[in-house]
Amino acid sequence: MYIVKRFITMLVTIWVIASLTFLIMKLIPGDPFASDADVLPEEVVENMRAKYNLDEPIPVQYVLYLKNLVMLDLGPSIQSETRTVNDLLADGFPASATLGIQAIVVALIFGLLLGIIAALNHNKFLDYASMIFAIVGISVPSFILAPLLINFFAVKWGILPVASWGSFQHSVLPTLALAVTPLAVVARFMRSSMLEVMNQNYIKTADAKGLSSFKIVVSHGIRNAILPVVSFIGPLFVALITGTFVIEKIFAIPGIGKYFVDSIFNRDYPVIMGTTVFFSTILVVTLFLIDISYRFIDPRIKLTSKGD
Amino acid sequence: MSRLLDVNNLKVNFKTYGGEVKAVRDVSFHVDKGEVVAIVGESGSGKSVTVQTIMGLIPMPPGIIKGGSIKFQGKEILGVSKRELRKVKGSKIGMIFQDPMTSLNPTMIVGKQIAEGIIAHQKLSKKEAKIKAIEMLKLVGIPNAEERYNQYPHEFSGGMRQRAMIAIALACNPELLIADEPTTALDVTIQAQVLELMKDIQKKTDTAIILITHDLGVVAETAQRVIVMYGGMMVESGTVYELFENPRHPYTWGLLNSIPDVDGPEKKKLIPIEGSPPDLFAPPKGCPFAPRCKFAMDICVEEMPGNFEIGEGHLAKCWLNDERAPKVEQVFASEEEKAIAVGSEK
Repeated sequence: MYIVKRFITMLVTIWVIASLTFLIMKLIPGDPFASDADVLPEEVVENMRAKYNLDEPIPVQYVLYLKNLVMLDLGPSIQSETRTVNDLLADGFPASATLGIQAIVVALIFGLLLGIIAALNHNKFLDYASMIFAIVGISVPSFILAPLLINFFAVKWGILPVASWGSFQHSVLPTLALAVTPLAVVARFMRSSMLEVMNQNYIKTADAKGLSSFKIVVSHGIRNAILPVVSFIGPLFVALITGTFVIEKIFAIPGIGKYFVDSIFNRDYPVIMGTTVFFSTILVVTLFLIDISYRFIDPRIKLTSKGD
Repeated sequence: MSRLLDVNNLKVNFKTYGGEVKAVRDVSFHVDKGEVVAIVGESGSGKSVTVQTIMGLIPMPPGIIKGGSIKFQGKEILGVSKRELRKVKGSKIGMIFQDPMTSLNPTMIVGKQIAEGIIAHQKLSKKEAKIKAIEMLKLVGIPNAEERYNQYPHEFSGGMRQRAMIAIALACNPELLIADEPTTALDVTIQAQVLELMKDIQKKTDTAIILITHDLGVVAETAQRVIVMYGGMMVESGTVYELFENPRHPYTWGLLNSIPDVDGPEKKKLIPIEGSPPDLFAPPKGCPFAPRCKFAMDICVEEMPGNFEIGEGHLAKCWLNDERAPKVEQVFASEEEKAIAVGSEK
C-alpha cells in the first residue's frame, strides 16, 4: 500500500517538475530563433516556429508537450535537425552512466573504508591523515584534478590514455577525477556517523559479551552507522550517472553532460526539457528505491502508509 | 567461601581538557563465590567506573589506570591484553547495564544478540547457539521465546529488554554478574519483577552478583554485603546487617536518613545531605566528605582517614572511629529521633 502511494507521489513529482521547467522556459524572453530573426526573412522564421509548434498559444504547447512526454517522446532537437532528444540521450547516457557508476563504486568503497578507519583511530594519526585527504578532496575542483591526473598518468608516465572513450583504460582517469570529491564527502559522513555509533551503549554491550573488536565494528557498528550515509547516496548517485559537464569535456567523453549546458545557450527547448525531465525522473526513482531499501537496513522503519 | 574477585587499590583517572579527573581513588573490595555485593553511592562517586574497569570497558584514552590490581579467580585481569580479557568477559563475567532502551543493537534481532556471545565463547554451531538462546529467553521469563527470538529490540518493552539483557549476560553461565543500576530506568512495578528475576536466577545458578544501585531498599533485600562509595573512594563496607544496624560513616548515616519511610507510624521528614560532591579534578587532601560533614573535625580536612576496622569485615574510612574522637553515634541516633519528632509536629 505504501509503495503504491509512494509511486503515485513519484509520478506527481515528475509532472510538477516538467510543468515548472516548461513555465520557467517560457518566461525567459526570446526563443530558439531569436538570433536568426535578424538575418533571415520573416517568413522563414515563421515557418520554423510553426514546425516546432512555437506559434501556438502557450497552453496548447503545454498540452502537446505533456502528450508527447506521456508517450516517452521528448521531441526533436532544434539544434541538430536530424536527431531527436531521445536519440541524444540514448547515445550519450551509456557513457555517462558507466562513468558515474564506476565513480560511485570507487567513492563508496574507499569513502566508507576511509571514514571507518578514521573513526576507529579517533584523534590519532590515521584519523588526521584521512581527514586531511578528505578536506583536500572536497576543496580541489575536478577541473584542477583532471589535468593533474592526465599530466602524470598519461603524459609523464604514459600508463593510461590521455582522453577519449572506448576501453576500460580510457575510463580510469575520469573515474578517479570524478570520484575524489564524493569519496571525501562519504568519508567525512561515515566518520562522524561511526564515531557516534561507537559511543552507543549497545557497543558497550557487545564489548561486554567478549566479542572481538572486528566483530563489534562489523556487526554492530557499520550497519548502524551507514544509515545516515544511505540517504545522501541517492542524490549523489544521480548527479554522477547523469554526466558531468566538466569531466566529460576534459576527457572528451561522449556523454550527456554537455547537453545540460549547451541546450540552455542554444535555447533548445526540447533538449532543456528532455534533460531536465530525464534527470529528475532518475532522481525521483532513485530516492524511491532508497526509501524502500531503508526497510531492509533499519528494521524500525516499516513500509506503512501511516506515520506510526 | 572461595574468593572470586579481588580488587585492590584500584585507581582510575580520566584525561579531560580541564585536567585529570580522579574518578576512582584507591578502591579495594572482594566478591566471594555466590555472594551478592551491593555498591551504593551518589552519581559520580565512581561506582560505574569501578565495575567498567573490571570489564575493560573504559575507553583508553581518555581513561588511565593509575594503579591497583583486579584478580578474577586468582588471575590478574587488569592490564592484560584485550584477547586475554575476552576469555573472561562475557563468558565468566556477564554485565547488565542501566538503560535497556539503548543497550541493545536496534538493527539486530534480539535472539542473535544473545546467540553471538554464546558462539564467541562456546564451541557451538549457529543452530545450537540458537537453541541455547531460546532457552535463555525462556529462563528470563519471556513468553513465546521462539517468536521473540526473531524480533528486534523496538518490538520489546523496557522490562522485556532488560530481561533480554539479563539473558545476554547469563548466556554463558558466568561466575559473576555485574548489574550496573539494572532497574533505574524501569517502572517501579517492572523494577520489582526484574529484581525478583535476578534473585531467582542467583539462587538457581549460584552466580555471584555485584549490584550497583541507588536504592537502599533493594540493597537490604538482595545483598549480603554493601560497599558505600563517595568521591571515588570506598567510605564504608560491611555486611548488610552491620551497615544498617551500626553504620560508622556520616555519609552512610546521611544515606540512611534520606530513605523515605512509608510504612512508619509517624510522618518523618526526609533529611537531605547538604552540599555537593567533591571536585574530582582537585580532590581535597583530607576526607572527601569533610566539607559536607556535620561532625567534621580539624584533622578531617588535613589528613585522609585510614580504614578503621569496626568489626569482622566492617570497615569505615572516618576519623570519628579513632579512639581519640568524640563519640557521635549517639548524635546520629538522636537526630533520627528528632526527625521523627519534627515530622509528627506537622
